[in-house]
Amino acid sequence: MWLWFSKLGSPKWFYELSGKWLPWLVAAMSILLLVGIVWALLFVPPDYQQGDTIRIMYIHVPFASISLAFFPLMAVAGTITLVWRMKLADMVAKTAAPLGAWFTALALASGSIWGSDIWGTWWIWDGRLTSMLLQFFLLIGIISLRSALEDSEAAAKACAVLSIVGCINVVVIKYSVDWWNTLHQPSSPIGLSDESPNGPEIWVPLLIMIAAIYLFFAVSLILSTRNEILIRERRAQWVQDMVKREA
Amino acid sequence: MLEAIKFSSLGEFLNMGGYAFNVWSVYVLFAVFFFINIYFPLLRKKQILKEQKRRQYFQQEGAVAGMADSTGEES
Repeated sequence: MWLWFSKLGSPKWFYELSGKWLPWLVAAMSILLLVGIVWALLFVPPDYQQGDTIRIMYIHVPFASISLAFFPLMAVAGTITLVWRMKLADMVAKTAAPLGAWFTALALASGSIWGSDIWGTWWIWDGRLTSMLLQFFLLIGIISLRSALEDSEAAAKACAVLSIVGCINVVVIKYSVDWWNTLHQPSSPIGLSDESPNGPEIWVPLLIMIAAIYLFFAVSLILSTRNEILIRERRAQWVQDMVKREA
Repeated sequence: MLEAIKFSSLGEFLNMGGYAFNVWSVYVLFAVFFFINIYFPLLRKKQILKEQKRRQYFQQEGAVAGMADSTGEES
């Protein structure tokens, strides 16, 4: 177990393993994305109230739900950095922050465009929207904190602590729709139970899109983490050998 | 399968029931975002490898030159 754990922390091991996985992840992502988008744009029936804007949901919901994964991910990576000083964990935490800011921004923008017609407003200081905007600023804060501190070890520790504290906001985002019942609707249960207000023709393509965007998240996180590994490990023998081989 | 498509013409599809701006701008944003987050890491990787190759090349040259210098001093 410990051997496995220390192996997992080795950047070289991660670089090689992720190199093997990447083609499969990319293939699965492409297929799911293609099926999901075609289904969402062509085959989903228009909503009886919202008409064709329902198609925005297939972008908005996956992005919004994955945005919530960033702080827990960075907190776990941060804890590993603080406790075991694993190099790889901090590399993941570092690349996750800008990606998280992008995901959060897209969730906000798509929601805003959706709301501009359906709610009749681009923005409202509702619990869900405000806490999501706060997450965006927290991520920007973490990114600038890291670039502001010159000592990279101190920066890693400071970002780890901020990521752990920032998890509180994820709880606020998650339950905001139940605590403050304003404009943003609560999430609808997905599944075959009778409680589900929507039929499978609505939620099956949504599940496909969520899976596709999760894979996209994994692919882009792995791509940037591999870059970070190359930069930080450039003095390591295995990187130098690899560069030589590729030359 | 084709009869299950919810639009009867291309024009109707592009119009999105009057919500063309909302629906299409979200999908375009997504496409741009998708492209950026796949393409830029790949571009960056190329750049890193190129820099590293150059660095290693100069290191090697430097090491050879250093050896030549030290042998020069010794003789």
